[in-house]
Amino acid sequence: MVKLDDSPGYRVFRWINAVILTGVVVVTLYPFVNIIARSFSEERYIVTGQVNLIPRGFNLSTYEVLMSDPMFWTNYRNTVVYTVVATAIAMVMTTCYAYVLSKRHLKGRTVLIWIAVFTMIFSGGLIPNYVLINSLGLTNSIWAIVLPNAISVFNLLVMKAFFENLPTELEEAAAIDGLGTYGILWRIVLPLSKAVIATMVLFYAVSFWNSWFTAFLYLHEQRLFPVTIYLRNLIAGATTSDSYGLAAGDVTQAASNIQSVAIMLTVLPILAVYPFVQRYFVSGVMLGAVKG
Amino acid sequence: MSATDTVPPDTREPRRARRDGGKPPAAPRTTWRRALRRDWQLYTLALLPLAFFLIFRYVPMIGNVIAFRKFEPGGSIFGEEWVGLRYVRMFLDDPTFWTVFTNTLVLGGLTLLFCFPLPIVLALLLNEIRTRKLKRFLQSVSYLPHFLSIVIVAGIVMQMTAVDGPINQLLKVVGEEPVPFLQKPEWFRTIYVTSEMWQTVGWGTILYLAALTTIDDQLYEAARIDGAGRWRQIWHVTLPGIRPTIVTLMILNIGTFMAVGFEKVLLLYNPLTYPTADVITTYLYRMGVESSSLSYAAAIGLFEALIGIVLITSANVISRRTVGTSLW
Repeated sequence: MVKLDDSPGYRVFRWINAVILTGVVVVTLYPFVNIIARSFSEERYIVTGQVNLIPRGFNLSTYEVLMSDPMFWTNYRNTVVYTVVATAIAMVMTTCYAYVLSKRHLKGRTVLIWIAVFTMIFSGGLIPNYVLINSLGLTNSIWAIVLPNAISVFNLLVMKAFFENLPTELEEAAAIDGLGTYGILWRIVLPLSKAVIATMVLFYAVSFWNSWFTAFLYLHEQRLFPVTIYLRNLIAGATTSDSYGLAAGDVTQAASNIQSVAIMLTVLPILAVYPFVQRYFVSGVMLGAVKG
Repeated sequence: MSATDTVPPDTREPRRARRDGGKPPAAPRTTWRRALRRDWQLYTLALLPLAFFLIFRYVPMIGNVIAFRKFEPGGSIFGEEWVGLRYVRMFLDDPTFWTVFTNTLVLGGLTLLFCFPLPIVLALLLNEIRTRKLKRFLQSVSYLPHFLSIVIVAGIVMQMTAVDGPINQLLKVVGEEPVPFLQKPEWFRTIYVTSEMWQTVGWGTILYLAALTTIDDQLYEAARIDGAGRWRQIWHVTLPGIRPTIVTLMILNIGTFMAVGFEKVLLLYNPLTYPTADVITTYLYRMGVESSSLSYAAAIGLFEALIGIVLITSANVISRRTVGTSLW
């Protein structure tokens, strides 16, 4: 392969390829650089359109303002609590059901699988869910966020596929040693499944960390909001009907700096852990793809 | 309960996956009584998840009947009395509905047109990178936007398109007047599709890259011996190699066609841009949640879901007939 790759045509292609891919990297990262620059700049430089790659009029005051807002930290803590609780519950539910579905001999297994898979094809929709959550009285509580999303069928199928591929000998041996189903799951299967569990935890945690719409629908008190809603309300000033009628761009400009700071503070944890966890996501998608 | 009851004896035949879900296989079936006695612990593990599916997935499914029933706030979630197709007729006569319907089709179509092929191209380009570290770096960078909350993406979009943002700075350099992009209906679709590409193109390459690694090197070898150049190799070996992946993802994309990223629309639109930005889900959100016309909104939602099912089923049938690949 190496020899033949040296044709002049291919060398030209390699250069073009390098240019395109550099372009992709630049386009992907540029918005972050710009937001960083804006977050450290003085408002007057931003408004006059002078901030691009480097901060102008470097200052940290907006960071101080935002970080001294107790509501910001309350909402941040909410995000952490919601993510941890929701992920824990989702993991228990998903693991249990995936383990049951992975037992090929189980009577009624096909029905159990279809009960889950059918919800992928047809879902109740926004309004009936909204009616349900309201009538269950879950509004303004963490459960409105946690319970309706306790099982993601995609994650469920990934886990099921993983369990199906575990060697059965160990489980059989444990059964002969007198271990019941719960014991086998807890002491034999789960320790063998650390890889898939890590992946699933990450999948769930990221989706709960990032979610905003459920909270937006069901939480009506500011002290309950996750930080995504905090950010949303900061940026919403510029687009929703609240500001409709204001001279074009007024709100956007006045808020540019603080919006950038809020974006930075919410994106930072993700950027910090991303390099370390990224490969788990990739492997998780692969697992899912093999099956799905 | 003895151990052999928990784990079935080896006589169990791994039952063939039953497509139809109901008919008994030729092998002798265990009775329910025996199955329950043997596997009761397994069944108990399924109880909570089943309750979850029942309450939070199937009850809302049935809850769609409020599309055909009068709904009273505080009353039954399944409505009070039948009103037939009143709400269906109402939205069919509603000009706004047809605007949001068209907008949904246009946004969905543009997304499919621009965001679907791009990852294939990017995957092919990445595949030509032979330095592993460089390749991994490029992948990491391009996957990153996928992990951001849609709220953050919306925030970034706003900063980029702001009157003082980079795009308008560029316009200023070439001597144009600044444009408040997010207030202009004619710009909404461009902004939506561009930001969608920015967020999804990198992550979209994952499955293609995986498929590319499974292509047998001997195929390339053979093609080269037959005198095929680089382009011919891509055309005759690489693309056919990833065709099943392309088709599968195509079907999935068509299935979610109607569910255009309405959360992003909700975050980015405003009354000024409704003429192009408002989609079915945002409209039924405003109707149902903000204006409390829940039955009316449920009727629209049901209509949307049915179109979704029709789309994914027909895409599946067509691809089975033509390419021989299908989801089920």
